[in-house]
Amino acid sequence: MPDVIVIGAGVVGAACAHYAARAGLDVTVLDRGPVAGGTTGAGEGNVLVSDKEPGPELDLAVLSCRLWRALAEDAGPGGFEYEPKGGLVVAETPEIQRRLAALATLTAAHGVEHTVVTGEDLRGYEPHLAGGLAGGVHYPQDAQVQPMLAAARLLGHGSVRLRTGVTVTGFTRSGDRVTGVRTDRGDLTGDAVINAAGTWGGEIAALAGVELPILPRRGFILVTEPLPEPLIRHKVYTAAYVTNVASDAAGLETSAVVEGTPAGTVLIGASRERVGFDRTTSVPVLSRLAAQAVALFPALRDVRVIRSYCGFRPYCPDHLPVIGPDPRAPGLYHACGHEGAGIGLAPATGHLLAQVITGRRPGLELSPFRPDRFEPALRPDRFEEPA
Amino acid sequence: MSDAFQITVDGRPVPVTRGQTIGAALHAAGVRSWRTTRLGGRPRGLFCGIGVCFDCLVSVNGRPPERACLLDAQPGDEVTTS
Amino acid sequence: MTSPPSMSGQPGSDPVTCDVVVVGGGPAGVAGALAAARRGLRVVLLDSGARLGGQYFRHPAVAARPVTAGFDRFVRQARALGRQARVLLRHQVWAVSRDGDLVVHCLAPGGGAVTVRCRALLIATGAYDRPLPFPGWDLPGVLTAGGAQALLKGDGVVAGQRVVVAGTGPFLLPVGAGLAGAGARVLGVFEANGGLGLARHPLPALARAGEAAGYALALARRRVPYRTRRAVVAAHGERELEAVTVARLDRDWNVLATRRIACDTLAVGYGFVPQIDLGVQLGCDTRADVDGSPVLAVDGAQRTSVEGVWAAGEPTGVGGWRLAELEGHLAGLTIAAAQVTREAGAARDGAQVAGQVPEALISRRGRLRVFGQALLEAYPVRPGWQGWLRDDTLVCRCEEVPLGRIREALRLGATDARSVKSLARPGMGWCQGRVCGYAVARLAGEPPGPPRRPVVQPVSLGTLAERPQPLSWKDLP
Repeated sequence: MPDVIVIGAGVVGAACAHYAARAGLDVTVLDRGPVAGGTTGAGEGNVLVSDKEPGPELDLAVLSCRLWRALAEDAGPGGFEYEPKGGLVVAETPEIQRRLAALATLTAAHGVEHTVVTGEDLRGYEPHLAGGLAGGVHYPQDAQVQPMLAAARLLGHGSVRLRTGVTVTGFTRSGDRVTGVRTDRGDLTGDAVINAAGTWGGEIAALAGVELPILPRRGFILVTEPLPEPLIRHKVYTAAYVTNVASDAAGLETSAVVEGTPAGTVLIGASRERVGFDRTTSVPVLSRLAAQAVALFPALRDVRVIRSYCGFRPYCPDHLPVIGPDPRAPGLYHACGHEGAGIGLAPATGHLLAQVITGRRPGLELSPFRPDRFEPALRPDRFEEPA
Repeated sequence: MSDAFQITVDGRPVPVTRGQTIGAALHAAGVRSWRTTRLGGRPRGLFCGIGVCFDCLVSVNGRPPERACLLDAQPGDEVTTS
Repeated sequence: MTSPPSMSGQPGSDPVTCDVVVVGGGPAGVAGALAAARRGLRVVLLDSGARLGGQYFRHPAVAARPVTAGFDRFVRQARALGRQARVLLRHQVWAVSRDGDLVVHCLAPGGGAVTVRCRALLIATGAYDRPLPFPGWDLPGVLTAGGAQALLKGDGVVAGQRVVVAGTGPFLLPVGAGLAGAGARVLGVFEANGGLGLARHPLPALARAGEAAGYALALARRRVPYRTRRAVVAAHGERELEAVTVARLDRDWNVLATRRIACDTLAVGYGFVPQIDLGVQLGCDTRADVDGSPVLAVDGAQRTSVEGVWAAGEPTGVGGWRLAELEGHLAGLTIAAAQVTREAGAARDGAQVAGQVPEALISRRGRLRVFGQALLEAYPVRPGWQGWLRDDTLVCRCEEVPLGRIREALRLGATDARSVKSLARPGMGWCQGRVCGYAVARLAGEPPGPPRRPVVQPVSLGTLAERPQPLSWKDLP
């Protein structure tokens, strides 16, 4: 009997399993599909501290950024393409540049390093950037990983047992307490069950009779032909990305996010729209992403797109992930709802949850991520202190 | 347009019959590879011959690489191999 | 910074271009376009090639006409089509979407983006060779069988001087005979299966025996050995092909014995992969064909599961040019009938539409399908080929992914082709898995699934960023 059952073999589930195993626990990971078959497999692999305002998610991101670096060192050369390439946020107008610089000053107090870059100096960072930009901010801690490989490597820990192709159909209970899971391959009992089902985390929660308001927020990515020489060094995006991430709108929002990969391709995002789980390619969305990328990097004009794909970010109404024990179903823990930041936030999520499960005090306050914060009577703004 | 003309490959003339693709003209002239792969430096030329495999990418008149098997040769085309 | 373009593709934003768009100018597409045009529909046919013909009726721009069976009739059809429909050659379709109308997104010659709007779409995109990987298969001088045939038919180029032909299926016969007839020294045609195992379907086999026997005779006349249960399991050479290893195989294609043959060219093919990307984009139902290939599911009227979308020829199941032409013709008839029904305002009824097709054509299609299925059954890909590979054998030529990395992905928890692709990158490169897709799926332990390719042809970012030019019927040549 495992100590911990993790539902979901995406990067968050993998990190939960990894840190629990490192804490000496015996872990079984279940997934109805393969490793990283959901949103992880559709991610760009962002590990970002640059796109968050001061607050609990930023603290999580700063911790996670440090943990990714440590994991990459442990993994060695057979790793997951960890690339600490830094992020460059660019501003179209002097007013936006002033706001970017002000935000950077605020986040510096939380451990985010940055350099404010003038319009003239931008090409020292990115030689192919369009002219006429007002400036930007360089964030050296931003990094990228190959998310599927990262999930797979994290699951490679010796005391993690991975079972793919197993669908969780319910929970076993003793009174209120969750004592294990029911699956299409039989029951499995465990001391703790972690819901790391990402965009499908709400459905898993519902099986335990609790509500998590996680919705899919679709995003498309364009992938170019492999380029013989790297054209883009950093993850480069426009300031609009920050506001779009934080937006509640259901309609289509796009902002240019452009970066090269070790495979030589250029990845172009990011679109956000709440349209359920519809995979139909939207040519107008692809067209807008292309236009924004070319506007940022005119040299991309003749570069060809060879592929596009979409994924479904697990979106919570307050844009914060759900991390921690669920008081409504003792024994059940959640680690889902990270929206577009799941890759980046995975190690901190797993690390903190392992601390909680082993009875230690988590290194970061988890109350902002409480699973029951969406219950009308339990909204955190009604409490001075978390329960 | 005459039915027989020439193109050049790295400056060397290659004969073409009108309507032939650049890939076919190179292959007929004994030029069997005209690029190398990014990682292993492996030689590549025609493979599928019908625009599916992209092995035969070639730069013509300085343009970005195109599939040689789909590209009708035009008199005076300058092909550069890498 | 320029502002993003206005949203294109909104309902009713552009007038419809025509009644029906046919994608593909081979036997199915031309027959379908002609049947619809003759019944008064405005038809646009799009093809990426410089000439109509597809793979089977591929022909050179100049020089002698090919001896391909059925070619004269095809030329008559193509000429008639030129008068009755709009034929846009060198147009690459990269996506089809729907916003009320069907919108076909194309790259015109020179790379500009154009859209063609229509009420009905006929997918007649044919098929391409299915290669299998083996050590050395990426050496220059190794061609697909279809590639060697295309060089000969379309360009008048003989692929090599000392040529080996290998693979499985009846297509190897015309390839070998064609090369030998054009002056190549064909050192052998090696069929991995046991030959014409058509005993279970004697009638269609007899009907077609004339053609196969003709090729066999041509090979014999030129003293080209035709050997069954043989395959090329390795290719050798420094920068180009210099020799191949030919193996004697058991029933499952495991190697029993080998010998080496010096040659400069290998033409190899293990059947065909139906090209169904556009149908999958539109959400058409697929089914697994006899050989496991995903194909578009169609009803008796050649209609797919998606309203307004028809398919004919190899995308509905590999069956050869005769079946393709007949299916295309039937599709053209039923598209026209559906149009009449729609214009009359009557409820669209499948049986009614199908009922307007002559019974004789339907039963002929049935016979040809039986024959096509019998061929697929007689020339399967047997699992032993996986034993020809070494850990360093490239499976994906584009991203240069060797077998060892695919095995590692499977060890890391990949359980299907898609997750193997995520972890090890086979199929992520230029060809988007068209060449290695079959092999990767089988190595992952599953039959190949329907391909998910939202971008069917490479499109430059500059072109994608522009608002495409909507074509109007009156402006078409």
